[in-house]
Amino acid sequence: MLSDSSTLIIALDHLVKSFASANAVNGISFSVAKGEVVGLLGGNGAGKTTTIGMIMGLVTPSSGSVRVFGVNMVDRRYEVLHRMNFESPYVDMPHRLTVRQNLDVFARLYGVEHASDRIKELAESLDLTEFIDRAAGQLSAGQKTRVALAKALINDPELLLLDEPTASLDPDTADWIRTRLEAFRTRRNATILLASHNMAEVERLCDRVIIMKKGQIADQGTPDDLIRRYGRTDLEEVFLDVARTGALQKGETR
Amino acid sequence: MSLAHDTFSGFSINRVYALVLRYTYLLRSSWPRLLELVYWPAVQMLTWGFIQVYIANTSGKAAFAAGTLIGAMLLWDVLFRSQLGFSISFLEEIWARNMANLLMSPMRPLEFVAALIIMSLIRLAIGLGPVSIMAILFFGFNYFAMGLGAVLFFINLVLTGWAVGLAVSGIVLRHGLGAESLAWTVMFIMLPLACVYYPVSVLPDFLQPLAWCLPPTYVFEGLRALLIDHTLRSDLMIMAFMINVILLIGGTTIFMVLLQKARAAGSLLQMGE
Repeated sequence: MLSDSSTLIIALDHLVKSFASANAVNGISFSVAKGEVVGLLGGNGAGKTTTIGMIMGLVTPSSGSVRVFGVNMVDRRYEVLHRMNFESPYVDMPHRLTVRQNLDVFARLYGVEHASDRIKELAESLDLTEFIDRAAGQLSAGQKTRVALAKALINDPELLLLDEPTASLDPDTADWIRTRLEAFRTRRNATILLASHNMAEVERLCDRVIIMKKGQIADQGTPDDLIRRYGRTDLEEVFLDVARTGALQKGETR
Repeated sequence: MSLAHDTFSGFSINRVYALVLRYTYLLRSSWPRLLELVYWPAVQMLTWGFIQVYIANTSGKAAFAAGTLIGAMLLWDVLFRSQLGFSISFLEEIWARNMANLLMSPMRPLEFVAALIIMSLIRLAIGLGPVSIMAILFFGFNYFAMGLGAVLFFINLVLTGWAVGLAVSGIVLRHGLGAESLAWTVMFIMLPLACVYYPVSVLPDFLQPLAWCLPPTYVFEGLRALLIDHTLRSDLMIMAFMINVILLIGGTTIFMVLLQKARAAGSLLQMGE
């Protein structure tokens, strides 16, 4: 998707993150336009989570720049944090607090007006009502994921960063989550950056896919474009091609 | 640049309130946490109180009769519990794997610090309120009867506790839960040097200058002056306050710098149990 700079929500420019002597992210550049859903693919250690960490401002780049809503996330992130949110299975919420209490705290942190109405609305749309006054630690994995998604949507974000949003969920619950994400994207015209190992999920949700390998962008394009260029039937096969035999050179097809 | 931005930009009372609400929800949901706040100070107070009664009865020393031991024990707990209350609230976020959620929210680090300070006071009130009343009932020692002295002692000790709590929290942010034990033990480094239960003159000459670098030393000397000589030593309180200001600036700087270093090291994404 081509966009002028005024509609760019995320813009990474020659972004590098080094830990000790290794580069976890090695000079990547890409942008995400308003309303676009972009999938970030790659094997374990490819640099996806570090990249998302830098976009959130939780990890400081070694060099290069990361701008969100046009703002440099290294030194001005507080100007835009209220417009974005994230969900990750590797981050939890306080287990002893009830779902309602957790959402109440985050609504206040994000400065949500009419917080109780917003919590009620999310509870209905994400089917939390039945267990909203139960301690978060007592919930099943699927219920916890729905609560984490409610927290991620509490401020009705313009930018949503998702790190494996359906990891370890059964197919039915995962499908349910994807449907809610599609509805949110359509209603809000939100921008979503999604890191996932689930290729079917990426094919379904994403307008564009960026495949990372060893901290670099190995290839990118729409799911259909990638499948066609690699001569494969689905994105999983493309992913395996890139992982095992390397990405195509420019203009090359298989 | 970003350190100053992180430290001073856009402070919001509402976000501080949100965090305090989060910790009070937690306290309300867990009676063991509430019991823990009262249990150890009560055990300490009773132990030192009975030792004081015994020594006063056998040696006839007026200083013990005046309540120097039990007063020192109560003030030591103010110091220790103010630091622990600050650090435990901070650690709750790491134990809950909630730190990334907070740091990704619009919450500023200084709002977090303000909430931890408020929780330190709330935890102190829950823990030491009942124990102070027990000291009156069991031993006739009324902390509040020290009047202005009680207020100045309290302020100086909690300021030291927060400064140490800030530094410890910064170290845990940077180095993870491997540094957690510091939260429980670091204050005990001060116990012999701050001359909690004896005057500074008891220390060897070479340790005395070191002892006078610590604000609690002035407080405990001030306590003995008040209980034994019935004199409120404002000079000691002013010195303690001035050193506390330096310690607080130092503690805040350590916290902010180590937060920056944790961002650089990428450790904020993996914080957890």
